[in-house]
Amino acid sequence: MNRRFVPALVLVPFGLLAACTENDPASAGGSISVVSTDSACTVSRTEAVAGNLVFDVKNAGSQVTEFYLLAGDGLRIVGEVENIGPGLTRQMVVAAGPGEYLTACKPGMVGDGIRAPFSVTGEAVVAPAGQLGELLATATEQYALYVEEQAEELIEKTTEFAALYVAGDDGAARALYADARTHWERIEPVAESFGDLDPRLDLREADLAEGEAWTGWHRIEKDLWPEGDPAYTAATQAEREALAEQLVADTNELGERVDELTFSADQLGNGAKELLDEVATGKVTGEEEIWSHTDLWDFQANVDGARIAFEVLQPALLTKDAALSDLLAERFAELQELLDQYRDGDGFVLYTELTADQVKELSDAVNALSEPLSNLTAAVVL
Amino acid sequence: MSGFSRRSLLVGGAGAVGAGAVGAFVAGRATAADVPAPAASGRVVPFFGRHQAGIVTPAQDRLYFAAFDVITDDRDELRELLAAWTLAAERMTRGLEAAPDGAVGGPYVAPPADTGEALDLPAASLTLTFGVGPSLFADAAGRDRFGISDRRPAALVHLPHFAGDNLDAGRSGGDLCVQACADDPQVAFHAVRNLARIGFGVVSLRWSQLGFGRTSSTSTAQSTPRNLFGFKDGTANLKAEETDELNRHVWVQPGDDVDWMTGGSYLVARRINMHIETWDRTSLGEQENIVGRTKGTGAPMSGGTEFTEPDFALTGTGDAPLVALGSHVRLAHPTSHGGVRILRRGYNFTDGSDGLGRLDAGLFFIAYMRDPGNQFVPMQRLLSAGDLMMEYLEHTGSALFAVLPGVGDAGGETGRASLGDGLLA
Repeated sequence: MNRRFVPALVLVPFGLLAACTENDPASAGGSISVVSTDSACTVSRTEAVAGNLVFDVKNAGSQVTEFYLLAGDGLRIVGEVENIGPGLTRQMVVAAGPGEYLTACKPGMVGDGIRAPFSVTGEAVVAPAGQLGELLATATEQYALYVEEQAEELIEKTTEFAALYVAGDDGAARALYADARTHWERIEPVAESFGDLDPRLDLREADLAEGEAWTGWHRIEKDLWPEGDPAYTAATQAEREALAEQLVADTNELGERVDELTFSADQLGNGAKELLDEVATGKVTGEEEIWSHTDLWDFQANVDGARIAFEVLQPALLTKDAALSDLLAERFAELQELLDQYRDGDGFVLYTELTADQVKELSDAVNALSEPLSNLTAAVVL
Repeated sequence: MSGFSRRSLLVGGAGAVGAGAVGAFVAGRATAADVPAPAASGRVVPFFGRHQAGIVTPAQDRLYFAAFDVITDDRDELRELLAAWTLAAERMTRGLEAAPDGAVGGPYVAPPADTGEALDLPAASLTLTFGVGPSLFADAAGRDRFGISDRRPAALVHLPHFAGDNLDAGRSGGDLCVQACADDPQVAFHAVRNLARIGFGVVSLRWSQLGFGRTSSTSTAQSTPRNLFGFKDGTANLKAEETDELNRHVWVQPGDDVDWMTGGSYLVARRINMHIETWDRTSLGEQENIVGRTKGTGAPMSGGTEFTEPDFALTGTGDAPLVALGSHVRLAHPTSHGGVRILRRGYNFTDGSDGLGRLDAGLFFIAYMRDPGNQFVPMQRLLSAGDLMMEYLEHTGSALFAVLPGVGDAGGETGRASLGDGLLA
């Protein structure tokens, strides 16, 4: 559970359709400055050489503004930067091939904006926008399918788990707990994007504010593994039934909402990074499953989810930054090799069986992966 | 945004700050006239040179020291890291971000390449000094992970156990070290943080230590600071101006050892906790007897002023020497070690309190020398065995590093020489 998660990434100013062949914005002859006021849109140049164009857009007006580079038809968006507050400067990087375009400032964020023609000369950029766009579209579709699939399995196992818990079959419930949660942890950033469901489903005791009701997985976890708290009073049958009922209802609700989601490439990249953040802050420290100590199941599931996001983006990434792709593949493999050492039957050893040196080694491997993974988004969308 | 640098933001203010800082040091010593002015806050200490900076550089007020474990077995990865560290370190010592456009000039969808807390701050005399530990040549299992055992300097061994040592393995040793010194603690912290970040996947931070105030002067232009016992420390230290003495005691000379170490040095780090509360209950007379100097001026107990040489033969009532036999100044003095000296560069530290109402504080001892086995080791043996001060000290961390020779400026960003070229080439 991460309360800082920002659900939707609508603020990202870079057009995903815009392909570029290199991350060297200076190559196109320096940045183009744009000053957007309430009544004017002053662009320092009206012509540029094909390649990565960098627009430094300053909002000198009193209203929130936006800036667009539109195709010559005035309809297709080639690049956009939104939500520029008064006085602020934002950068837009866009790869543009030769042709006629329109620049547009949109003070107040309404209407067609203040438009002017803009010409791009020279040779076509190497990677056509269409090709990368297709790769990214495929990636996001594949990822959406993965999320739906995980949500379905989560619902199935959660339902089974809740029934065992209500029936008082604690041994079987304990055995299913970590396995069922795996499907939650694999899509954790997506699940967390629902700000109402996430606290009800995944809040830890330490996350509770005074007087707040505690429901969800970790509430039941404590009831199934009460040994860690000598002062704990077991849930009554009525409490069990209420907890189980809500768990199933909330999980079904999650499944319905997930079916309607669509994803963008930056969400995949950032989601992968967030999954590793979850590992670094909650799992490698043993804080997530403080009663059951099944943290390594969650650890593995977070890594699974991040790896899937990486793998579906890999075809696009290979056209943009093959070295980063190789490095990430290598670091994922190294982390997996380390995790595999702690497999025990269908699952893992308990977190409490790890030595301090082993935890440190896992932490080092997480850091080794997380640092380059944090550059995945920029590598595919810029 | 490509022209956005920390340094360029400060041009206006640095001069005025500098003037004040220089003035504060004027009283230091009469011989100050012909040496460079001590660090002013905007000052840039050159990174390139025959020797690394941060050794004879006039000791800055703040320290952040870090030791790293290398977690790869791949020699190329290690070499690439040292090359990346060289570039970033040189930039940061000029007051720039760790990478061009690092903090705010990069893409909006990527994490910034520089962490940003040193934006708007001057270079602050930042020096970054790098070393390698004995474990780089043979790890705990005795493995030579990088195929460099034939390049291991004979002098780079694990320090022996000294009487009274209570070392914490988590605050000792390390494959690599970085000493960051600056006039501003945030500048030093920023440097270590960014170097650690660049190193993820190749190195892992093993331990680090913040030092809040220098306890040594390494230039005759600097006044002698006080340690947490309240005494002036390092009065008889080696100074930047003593060129011949530095060659004799600090810099590794041609033919000393493996060739690549020429121009390098050795760094001993010791985290020395002080039993501050019991010290504070000790009478002034006893404190001065233990140190061997007066607390006020720092003059030796045999008389004179701070820079008067102690007269160890001078006796008083009952023929007892005025500078006590077990006093710190007598046992640490070169005359007790056949003339051997070291360059001390330590810092006062505190890491909070210990849960029993006592300060977790003391001296983070750093010293540079040409041959630790013949300089620090015999000196510390004598002190551990006989120094009256040991009753108030507890050594809790220890490390020895071979300090790499300086990086010459080969010109141009590409093909430029890097730290560790001699070791890993």
